[in-house]
Amino acid sequence: MSQTQKSIFRSIDWVVILLYVILVIWGWFSVCGASYDFSNPNIFGWESNSGKQLVWGGTSFVLAMFIMLVEKRFYESSAYFIYAAVIILLLVTIFIAPDTKGSHSWLPIGPVKLQPAEFAKFSTALALGKFMSEYSFSLSSSRNFMSVVGLIVLPMVLIIAQHETGSALVFFAFFLMLYREGMTGSLLFTGFITVVYFVVGIRYSDTPMSYLPVSVGEFTVILLAMLCTIGLMWVYCRNLDEVKILLAIGLGTTALLLLFAFFVIPFNICPVMLVVNISMVFYLLYKAIYYKLANYALVGLFCIFSSGFYYICDTLFDHLEPHQRIRIEVLLGMEDDPRGAGYNVNQAKIAIGSGGFSGKGFLNGTQTKLKYVPEQHTDFIFCTVGEEEGFLGSVGVLITYLFFIWRLIFLSERQPDTLGRVYGYSVVSIFIFHLFINVGMVLGLTPVIGIPLPFFSYGGSNVWGFTILLFIFLRMDAERELKKNKY
Amino acid sequence: MTDTSFHNRKYVIGGVVLLIVITFTVRLVYLQLLSEDYKIFADSNAFLNNIIFPARGAIFDRNGKPLVYNQPAYDVMVVMREVENLDTLDFCESLGITKEIFLQRMEYIKDRNKNPGYSSYTQQIFMSQLPSKDFSVFQEKLFRFKGFYVRERSVRRYDYPYAAHVLGDVAEVSQKDIDRESYYMPGDYIGKQGIERSYEEDLRGTKGVQILLRDAQGRIRGHYKDGAFDRKPIPGRNLTLGIDIELQSLGESLMQGKLGAIVAIEPSTGEILAMVSAPTYDPRLMEGKERGKQMSMMFQDPLHPMLNRAIQGTYPPGSTFKTAQGLTFLQEGIVNSQTLYPCSRGFRYGRMKIGCHSHYSPIAFVPATGTSCNAYFCWGLYYMLNNRNKYSTIQAAMTVWKDYMVAMGFGYKLGVDMPGESRGLIPNAQFYDKIYRSSWSALSVLPIAIGQGEVTLTPLQIANLGATIANRGYYITPHVVKYVEGGHLADSLLKRHNVPVDKQFYEMVVAGMRNAVTNGTCRGANNPWYEVCGKTGTAQNRGHDHSVFMGFAPRENPKIAVAVYVENGGWGATYGVPIGALMMEQYIRGELSDASKQKALSIQERTIKYQF
Repeated sequence: MSQTQKSIFRSIDWVVILLYVILVIWGWFSVCGASYDFSNPNIFGWESNSGKQLVWGGTSFVLAMFIMLVEKRFYESSAYFIYAAVIILLLVTIFIAPDTKGSHSWLPIGPVKLQPAEFAKFSTALALGKFMSEYSFSLSSSRNFMSVVGLIVLPMVLIIAQHETGSALVFFAFFLMLYREGMTGSLLFTGFITVVYFVVGIRYSDTPMSYLPVSVGEFTVILLAMLCTIGLMWVYCRNLDEVKILLAIGLGTTALLLLFAFFVIPFNICPVMLVVNISMVFYLLYKAIYYKLANYALVGLFCIFSSGFYYICDTLFDHLEPHQRIRIEVLLGMEDDPRGAGYNVNQAKIAIGSGGFSGKGFLNGTQTKLKYVPEQHTDFIFCTVGEEEGFLGSVGVLITYLFFIWRLIFLSERQPDTLGRVYGYSVVSIFIFHLFINVGMVLGLTPVIGIPLPFFSYGGSNVWGFTILLFIFLRMDAERELKKNKY
Repeated sequence: MTDTSFHNRKYVIGGVVLLIVITFTVRLVYLQLLSEDYKIFADSNAFLNNIIFPARGAIFDRNGKPLVYNQPAYDVMVVMREVENLDTLDFCESLGITKEIFLQRMEYIKDRNKNPGYSSYTQQIFMSQLPSKDFSVFQEKLFRFKGFYVRERSVRRYDYPYAAHVLGDVAEVSQKDIDRESYYMPGDYIGKQGIERSYEEDLRGTKGVQILLRDAQGRIRGHYKDGAFDRKPIPGRNLTLGIDIELQSLGESLMQGKLGAIVAIEPSTGEILAMVSAPTYDPRLMEGKERGKQMSMMFQDPLHPMLNRAIQGTYPPGSTFKTAQGLTFLQEGIVNSQTLYPCSRGFRYGRMKIGCHSHYSPIAFVPATGTSCNAYFCWGLYYMLNNRNKYSTIQAAMTVWKDYMVAMGFGYKLGVDMPGESRGLIPNAQFYDKIYRSSWSALSVLPIAIGQGEVTLTPLQIANLGATIANRGYYITPHVVKYVEGGHLADSLLKRHNVPVDKQFYEMVVAGMRNAVTNGTCRGANNPWYEVCGKTGTAQNRGHDHSVFMGFAPRENPKIAVAVYVENGGWGATYGVPIGALMMEQYIRGELSDASKQKALSIQERTIKYQF
């Protein structure tokens, strides 16, 4: 056993460990900056956030050590059990968690509060790894695929029920892992184009096209639906003549309609364009049924979805919670309310912008310290980096993350089995998602979705959750050598 | 194995991360390196410059009586977020407002359209400038009204209901003031009229500042760098006026029910002893929050009480102007003490006639001044303008004449230390060339010799003429402020202006003015205590004549020069002379005799009916 442990510590990836330690320590300094109180300058005391964060960071190192002791076999055998336990915990949390700012996701355990949603990430990743490494598993089997989606969606639903939509959205990251595992790129493309439809459609739904009674949003979405459908036909059906004809009909009709509306009678051309799209759907379905070509059917479905999306979008949008709707409107530049919903982002930009090239220095940031940025020590922690460490520090953090994630991709690829690779890519995808959404939100590029920046944002659940997530993978990676040695 | 076929997708995923980092870096370049705005926003965010207002300078009369000083008033402030369990009824009662007003006010505060700086965390003005007596009631109960605070602010208080036009008032700065001078911030007070405005920089002092660190809720987290950059306010300078408030109050009561002005000047110093403009108003009306309402009421008043007629009203000076004419003619050698001009109930030349009252003829300079003979001065100007030996053209003669007038302080602003002074009108050759298309003669312009026609002066300029004669040939720029505590008066206010007329000629005018008091039109001003010199004026205009008086006393070492102008008051002797005499008596003797008191009372009660 001692022999094994020794070799574990020799084969562990010290590059990731180094980057991890850098991030945790850097994170602690940022929390100090964010929660520093001019009237109570003790950054080590338990009563201050920075003091607590020191405890979280320190204990997470110990936690990491313990995790390194647990063999991969254990995860392999108990993956479903862990998954089920966390699901039950999530379920229980919905009912027993006290109301914390409208969210029911925090479990008070003694003096600290834990957020089970943080632990759902690694349990889901494990379960997915276990499920997908089974011999008969194939992503192209729709039954298997639906099971995978089910494993992802179940914790999501429970977390949404806890009113933690942000944390729930993180689970979409698993689709990036699925893409690596062979999920068709068209699904990612569909997801991407859906976001584009939504953004363009909502943003410009009330903008008239010149003097015509045509909504720019509606027109653009329908045109995009037409073009994307034709593009997908080209990629998946490979019939160039067909594509040329459809393109000519679609664009020709649109051009004629525009000319007629502009120069003869101004009218809403969107319904007519919709008719063109529907005709296309009928053509595709005809081809699918008559020639038994499944791809045509899928493209047809895409066309139906795309064309109808704008119309269900408005309804969907109206059914969002008001604060979420306003957040989206602010993000899309439809609302300008610097004291209201846009306040967070505006103040975040001010804090970061005021940092300049080299920042104001440790504990010298006025914006973050004076609490201009809400949630500055949690979701908006990157502001403190931007203000106190400036451009150098901010880019430094981003580059550290870049190498950290690249290294994790490298480690994932060298896994000898599917469990390791799936788990590794799950870790990668979750880090990418958190980095993208959190920093993007602070910089005013992505919607304000309350998710933490790993290792930086204040909170025990955050540091512990990501430590567990990461070190399980590092342990798996370390055993790769053992296996080699064994066989 | 499926994994190998998708092996290359690691580059896609790695590329996505790189793309994200690059996008964020570009954004950071924009936010942190290119845009300066965010640094400025950050400072205004975090530093609260807590302005400490200096006490505005007080104003005293020439005898040290306080006229204007500061008194605390209280703004009732509210922090919306902290208001809870408010007993609205009790609250409204202690402020003396109705519940409707309360609700209205609260709505107003929360309306970001009307109250753009609204934050539920910071103090908002609920009611401004609560007087001390109302405040004491409210303060007793303040502890019961959670979320309500009081903020002390000083307002101007006036001890006398007089001298409103001189003192002026203060009010919140306008956007124009702020744009003009960066010293001011919205909500600051600034002098709007009178010396409050012209001495703004002395009176206001310098604001102090505490640089405080403020958090996002507007809460103060301490001094920046422990107050190293804080500045203490420098209090405003006190002003002592040349105004004698007793004299001023007498003047204002004498002018009751009349339109016009009185200006009294100490000739030796140029200090203005009294400046009355009628109708006037009680400066206390302009205190505090009633100002806006009062202002709009007075702006609508057809009698224009806001107009300071003493320096802004331009009137034909009438016969008081003859003294200036006489000095010019004497200096230019047009007339001398022996020169006699005929007067057959007026000046007659061809079909031209300017009437005069009955007196002997021909007449010499001193008695002509005494009886205020129109013909004498018309002949004087006639001969001056037509003297081709001395002046090549009538234009040249006119220019010489104009230069004398300007030297005596007419036609341009005297430069009194108050805002809004008018310059009056002294026509020159170009002026007549223009209106008569270059064909004009002495006869065309003759009425200016007797202070009629195109000539207009302000009452201040008339009083200054009196002071110049009293000084026998010079004047000091008339000014209201005598002394600035810890500062100094502008050099221009202390400047001596010499009139290029010999002292001997002034003595002749003085003799004429004395003659008017002893034998002529100003007999009402004569008294046994000191020698008064005076000159009446009866200025014709479209309505009833204006009653004018200009005089000084005593004859030797004069202490006071005074001008009285009563619109539509009739003969100079009717109002001008008695008012002028009472003003001089009050100032020189310090009080009025019993007989004078009776006279003052009767003048005070006489009202002139004005039609508008």
